[in-house]
Amino acid sequence: MAILQQATIDAIKQNESALLASWIENLGDGGSLNDSRISREDVSRQAREFLSLLVTASANGDAADLTRSEWLDSRQFLEALSRSRAMQGFDSQHTAHFIFSLKRPLFDLLQKAYAADPRALSSELWMISELLDTLGMHTIRSFQKSREEVILRQQEELLELSTPVVKLWEGVLALPMIGTLDSQRTQVVMESLLQRIVETGSEIAIIDITGVPTVDTLVAQHLLKTVTAIRLMGADCIISGIRPQIAQTIVHLGLDLGGIVTKANLADALALALKRSGLTVTKAAG
Amino acid sequence: MTTRSGTHAIRSEQDVVLSRQAVRKLAIECGLRLVDQTKLVTAVSELARNTVIYGGGGDMDWELVEDGGRKGVRLVFRDEGPGIPDIKQAMTDGWTSGNGLGLGLTGAKRLVDQFDIQSAPGEGTRVTITKWN
Repeated sequence: MAILQQATIDAIKQNESALLASWIENLGDGGSLNDSRISREDVSRQAREFLSLLVTASANGDAADLTRSEWLDSRQFLEALSRSRAMQGFDSQHTAHFIFSLKRPLFDLLQKAYAADPRALSSELWMISELLDTLGMHTIRSFQKSREEVILRQQEELLELSTPVVKLWEGVLALPMIGTLDSQRTQVVMESLLQRIVETGSEIAIIDITGVPTVDTLVAQHLLKTVTAIRLMGADCIISGIRPQIAQTIVHLGLDLGGIVTKANLADALALALKRSGLTVTKAAG
Repeated sequence: MTTRSGTHAIRSEQDVVLSRQAVRKLAIECGLRLVDQTKLVTAVSELARNTVIYGGGGDMDWELVEDGGRKGVRLVFRDEGPGIPDIKQAMTDGWTSGNGLGLGLTGAKRLVDQFDIQSAPGEGTRVTITKWN
């Protein structure tokens, strides 16, 4: 157990407003206050709130073990703070600075309070230092976690955005693929394409791979599976957007796309699809 | 003669994409034509994926090489995985120990100018490829 001495907590409580003032000044030196993304009032309010949580928690809690329930409020406060900082676009250094800038004012305060007792001073300083470090680490960890959540959400959104199945003509669907084709994406692509084939009763699906930078054996395997599935649904598939360098690479790789209709670009594929549907495009007279 | 070199870690599917991008930059740097860039990058894609899937992760060493007047990219894919018991079999079109198409290794060989594979059971695998401009 490492509980802070009552004298320390009393000292903090008695000098709360002075401590707060120098903490906020310290925050300002670190550039935390001259930022349009967050107001001075917000920072002051957060500082005041956290200080009171810290005092309450350290009065009954073990300063060496932040996993205990006494620290729950402080932890939750910091997690919320990190999340909002991450959303506002601050970096991790800025976010952690919130905690670390409390060190100096707190140390100054303790130095005065324990001027007569250097041994107690050093043990209290050590404990406070450990405590603030752990809180700072917790802040950074929460910050990182919220950032990862943001990235994950964006990834998922991107995944959905990247598979737009468009209707080119009555009975003709097109899927322009962009980016890297990994197993997860292919799965999403295949599902949405097959679903749209059922919904629209389309007979021809065109997969355009102009935006796929590398066609290797895995991509080819995914394409072959997709084509097979489309055929099983009773529709036909055309792959378009085979650029010259991709064509030569496919030949050298030894890939057999023999059973699949391929076209150099989407326009050719559409022309073929129209022809198969028995449609012709003619220039309007006059 | 080596002019510059470095190493990329290949541990996950994401690293396969990153190594492809890195190699494309190198290929452009030493003046490979678009077709040769694409061939080299595709070979990298195959070998890097093998490193992840069959080798359990490894590294890719890259170097820009010069020989007389020509420039090129040399890459070494190495892992400390289970190794390949029968290289001759592994270098057969359509043979796979996993569930791919069985064209990655042989295809990569056809896509580059020089290809060398060294492997033994329990000793990992080392594939060296070079593409000249």
